[in-house]
Amino acid sequence: MNFPILSSLILLPTIGALFLFFTKSTRENNITVKYVALFTSLVNFFLSIYLWILFDHKTSAFQFIEERTWIEGFIDYKVGVDGISILFIILTTFITPLCIISVNNSIKNRLSEFLIAVLIMESFMLGVFCSLDLVVFYLFFEAGLIPMFLIIGIWGGARRVYSAFKFFLYTLLGSVLMLVAIISIFWISGTTDVEKLYEIGIDPKYQNLLWLAFFSSFAVKTPMWPVHTWLPDAHVEAPTAGSVLLAAILLKMAGYGFIRFSLGLFPVASEIFTPLIYILSVIAIIFTSLIALMQEDMKKLIAYSSVAHMGFVTLGIFTIQQQGLEGSIIQMISHGLVSAALFLSVGIVYDRMHSRLINTYGGLVSIIPKYSVLFMIFALASLGLPGTSGFIGEFLILMGAFKDNFLVAVIASLGVILGAAYILWMYKRVVFGKVVNLKLKEIVDLNRSEFFILSSLAIPIIIFGFYPDPLINTIEVSISDLIKNYNLNILNK
Amino acid sequence: MNLVLIFPEVFLSLSIMFLLILGVFKKKSSSLIQSISLVILLVTAVITYNETLGIQKILLFNDSVIIDYLSSLMKIVTLLGAFLVLIISSNYLKTFKIHKIEYPILILSSVLGMMIMISSYDLIVFYMGLELQSLALYVLATFNRDQLKSSEAGLKYFVLSALSSGLLLYGCSLIYGFTGTTNFNLIAAQLDSNEYALTFGIVFILVGLAFKISAVPFHMWAPDVYEGSPTTVTLFFTIVPKVAALTVFIRFLYVPFLNLIDQWQTILIFLSVASMLFGAIAAIGQKNLKRLIAYSSIGHVGYALAGLATGSNDGIQNSVIYIIIYILMNLGLFSCLLMMRRNNEYFESIDDLSGLSKNHPLLSISLLVILFSLAGIPPLAGFFAKFYIFKSVLEQSMYFLAIVGLLSTVIAAFYYLRIIKIIYFDKEKESFDKNHNTWLKFSLALSTISILFYFIFPSEIIEIVSKINFI
Repeated sequence: MNFPILSSLILLPTIGALFLFFTKSTRENNITVKYVALFTSLVNFFLSIYLWILFDHKTSAFQFIEERTWIEGFIDYKVGVDGISILFIILTTFITPLCIISVNNSIKNRLSEFLIAVLIMESFMLGVFCSLDLVVFYLFFEAGLIPMFLIIGIWGGARRVYSAFKFFLYTLLGSVLMLVAIISIFWISGTTDVEKLYEIGIDPKYQNLLWLAFFSSFAVKTPMWPVHTWLPDAHVEAPTAGSVLLAAILLKMAGYGFIRFSLGLFPVASEIFTPLIYILSVIAIIFTSLIALMQEDMKKLIAYSSVAHMGFVTLGIFTIQQQGLEGSIIQMISHGLVSAALFLSVGIVYDRMHSRLINTYGGLVSIIPKYSVLFMIFALASLGLPGTSGFIGEFLILMGAFKDNFLVAVIASLGVILGAAYILWMYKRVVFGKVVNLKLKEIVDLNRSEFFILSSLAIPIIIFGFYPDPLINTIEVSISDLIKNYNLNILNK
Repeated sequence: MNLVLIFPEVFLSLSIMFLLILGVFKKKSSSLIQSISLVILLVTAVITYNETLGIQKILLFNDSVIIDYLSSLMKIVTLLGAFLVLIISSNYLKTFKIHKIEYPILILSSVLGMMIMISSYDLIVFYMGLELQSLALYVLATFNRDQLKSSEAGLKYFVLSALSSGLLLYGCSLIYGFTGTTNFNLIAAQLDSNEYALTFGIVFILVGLAFKISAVPFHMWAPDVYEGSPTTVTLFFTIVPKVAALTVFIRFLYVPFLNLIDQWQTILIFLSVASMLFGAIAAIGQKNLKRLIAYSSIGHVGYALAGLATGSNDGIQNSVIYIIIYILMNLGLFSCLLMMRRNNEYFESIDDLSGLSKNHPLLSISLLVILFSLAGIPPLAGFFAKFYIFKSVLEQSMYFLAIVGLLSTVIAAFYYLRIIKIIYFDKEKESFDKNHNTWLKFSLALSTISILFYFIFPSEIIEIVSKINFI
């Protein structure tokens, strides 16, 4: 197989964006523009599915590797996938077309520019998950700031400028230390190639500082308490499609980074810093769930719930148990689907009522039943009801956590209850009860495209809830080898 | 002795004299002289490329002039920089009715001075080149003499620059007093014996040089001069003299003072850290684009100096890369500035950019690319420039310098983002003129495209500088 499938995946959206750049954007050809973008992202989606079919899940080695000299004697452009990254690639290519379909009502002006930004964003996100070189990874990781900054800033809500700046500067500040660490790794080990670094390992005496530098970047991006404050702002102000990309994929970059780099490259340091992660994760789970309970704004509530869910993810990753890590990845995929769906659901009523406040709504079930049913599925998936993908993730994570640390697991389990509380309470206030706001009477139910988007998100949520095997099979070998390698490193220390 | 090697300088000086005579005898010859000057710059660059670029190292005139790869490369960069500045100047000058024969001739003479500086291997030759360059620059700063600000800029520049030249000369005299020679090689040989006293000389020389390159704390002239001078002259100030000054910096540090690396390294780290931080912080409050660029250029000089502070070949090479990429970015930025024109009036305030993206989508995208690149965000060229610098800095385990530098990029990102915010997020204003000089469009396109697609061929520029060899 010589066809450079991963590079094509990364490049295709950019090529689509170039097409859009050269088409004149007028009101008339908005539809054309949208179809071009949709077509590009769908091709990309099918390409990634094809990749999944070709993918050999019996080995933990990197597959579909492409390597090319890039900067002489310094960096090679290297991409490849293993069981850990492939699911994120599919998540990305799956979510992007849905975002593009969803722009119908929410983006009124400069549609073609918006789609260019989304497509370029997709390229960068795929690049993050594919890259097997630290510098290439950093490049994609940081480059994603540019389109996201513009998406929030140009198409966002009232406080968009503040949020866009906060998002950009927070993330940049976190990342620069990672750059220092990456260059240091080059001087310590002589390479930034992840595959080679896995083999030769990094001298334990440097690992602590390097781990912290990577942590500073990933913690901001995850986001972990106490550096999560950019997230609610960014989510609330971003347009729906932007929130979806942010919640479904951008946050996952950090979780992926923790597994790939923090555990993979710095096992000794990870062992030392596990308590820190535990404490921060537990605080994130409990504290942000409590904050979420108090929110008046639906988007903000979901944003805080994202922080809590990502708290579970980081907790699961650092249990270094098979179940914990598998759970984290499934939780990330599931959260990608669920949070995307929740943001889209909020976006749908927002487009009609122009309010995100919970008390604007009430009694939606009698007016727009289709919407209410789908919204319920997502709400239940978010709280981790058995039979939805959310349950599999949380359950595995807690199982892993119980094996490793009883107390942490008990506290984290309390978070599950709180999670149910805030999401159900919100659901109750929005969907049930009497219709108080008379304007709601005129609200219309889902149109075809909205129904399509939400149901295509609901289907995988339920399928993977009952039958998570395809996901688990894909990641199993890679995870168990990662853990083996990790334990070996700890022993050799 | 092989006079062919200094043929570029000879050719340039003869051309300047010819142009002066032509200008005196032929009435209304400003456009003609401008075009001839452009040709001369290109021809000189070609001659330099053909005659000297392949030369490893040759000393001429009793070892007082050096021709090596660094000097040839930097001369070519200087000449091309001056060429690009000159080619986009004409519209601006015509608007202010200062399209005179002196403008291209002054630029040519300052370029000649820089070429002599770049090739100097002796304190006297160096000083001669420096003064030739500076005198031309003083006049250029006041070129729009009917404007108060321009005259003020020229006067300030003259007074402060003269002061710094004085310091520089004092340093030179100290060094001459202790070593008994003005030749770089001989100074280098003498340095071990009485290094303590010589440190004073080095400090004075570094202060003078830091002034010329506008590094903090010797930057005070830059914002005023940049703001007051005609925009095209400001463009010239921000890019061309920096190349020459950086070369001289490299030459001084790594030839005569190489043995005293422990002494000057601390000074350079201080200059670099101070410039990076100050440039980033002071730019935040600016309202005038030219002033903002002045502070941002102070910051960028800090990064270039960080490369020099490493004391490694790699560091020198990466500083040169940095300055080349910086020139490209600044060229684009100023091309945009020169496009902010409405009814023969030029606008310089940041607020005038408000909502630019509605009326001028292409111009805004170029600005977006250039500004993100200046902020050092991947995958644009500006990121790689910084990346290379920090790569060399970290090779020497100078973690403090690297971390301060990277943190100041975050601070600096704020003010670049602010401009982007004004362009993209704010309400639109009246649109600017859309008919622009072809060369202006060309230079903007050149800079934007090379910044945007630099990441595809990153190795070429490394290849170019890899022949610079000092240690």
